[in-house]
Amino acid sequence: MARALITIPPNPKRNSIIEIRVLIQHPMETGLRPDAEGKVQPRNIIRRFECRFIVGDKSDLIFSAELFPAISANPYIAFHLRATQNGTLNFQWTGDNGFAQTETAALVVV
Amino acid sequence: MKMYEYRFRRRQLLVSSVGLIGYAIVRPVFSAPVTLDAALAEFSRGGKVTTGKVKFEIAELIDNGNAVPITVSVDSPMTEANHVVAIAVFNEKNPQREMIKTKLSPLAGRAQLSTRIRLATSQKLTAIAEMNDGSFFSHTVEVVVTLAACIEE
Repeated sequence: MARALITIPPNPKRNSIIEIRVLIQHPMETGLRPDAEGKVQPRNIIRRFECRFIVGDKSDLIFSAELFPAISANPYIAFHLRATQNGTLNFQWTGDNGFAQTETAALVVV
Repeated sequence: MKMYEYRFRRRQLLVSSVGLIGYAIVRPVFSAPVTLDAALAEFSRGGKVTTGKVKFEIAELIDNGNAVPITVSVDSPMTEANHVVAIAVFNEKNPQREMIKTKLSPLAGRAQLSTRIRLATSQKLTAIAEMNDGSFFSHTVEVVVTLAACIEE
C-alpha cells in the first residue's frame, strides 16, 4: 500500500465550498528515462484518479482525473466540493502494473 | 565498357545520396509528434476555443522542472444549468502533449484544479475548459525552465 495523504478541512460549514487535497506516494516513472545501465525503464504511472461522495446508497462522482507521465512523482491533486451534507468521500487511484488503491474519509458538516 | 560501368555507378551513387538527403529532410516532418494546436483541436473535437474565463496560474520562471505547481481556475457558477464539465492541460514541447485531463461535476462548487507537473523545457502551456453547453475556453501561458525534468538519472 502506498502512503496517501488526504486533507479535508475539519467540520466545514454547511453549503460552504471546501478544498480537498490528496497526495499519494508513487514514482510516476515516465517510460522515457534510462536507468544506470542505459536501458529505458518501463512506464509505471497512475493513470486515473476518482473522488466520489457517498451518502447511503447514493454515490456521486465529484471529480475524476486522467493522469499522464507529465504529472510529477507522488501526484498531488487539489479540487473542490460543496459540503451540503454528511457523508463519505471515496478516493480511488488506478494505474500501470495493476496499481489500485482506495481510501475513504468522513465529511461532517456543521 | 569500363568507363560506362564507372559512370553508371557514379550516377547510382548520386541518385541514392539525393534520396538519403531527401529522407533526412522529410523524416522529421513525418515523425514529428502532435502539435499543441492539434492536441487542443482533438480535445475540443474541432470546436471553437475562445480565450478567456480560464485562469492558468504558474510561475513564469521555473528553477526545477520536476515538480511545478499549477492552478487552473475557471469562472463559472457551477450550477446544474451552467457548469464546467472538464479541465485539461496541454504543453508544447514535452514528449507527450497531454498533462492532465479532469472531469468535474456541478457538486464540486468551484471549477478549480491544482497539481504538480513536469516540464522538459521552456515552452507554452495551455489550460482548456469545456462548459456544459459545449463551448470551450482556454488560457495559454509561456514559461521559462532553467533546470528541465527528464535529464536526471
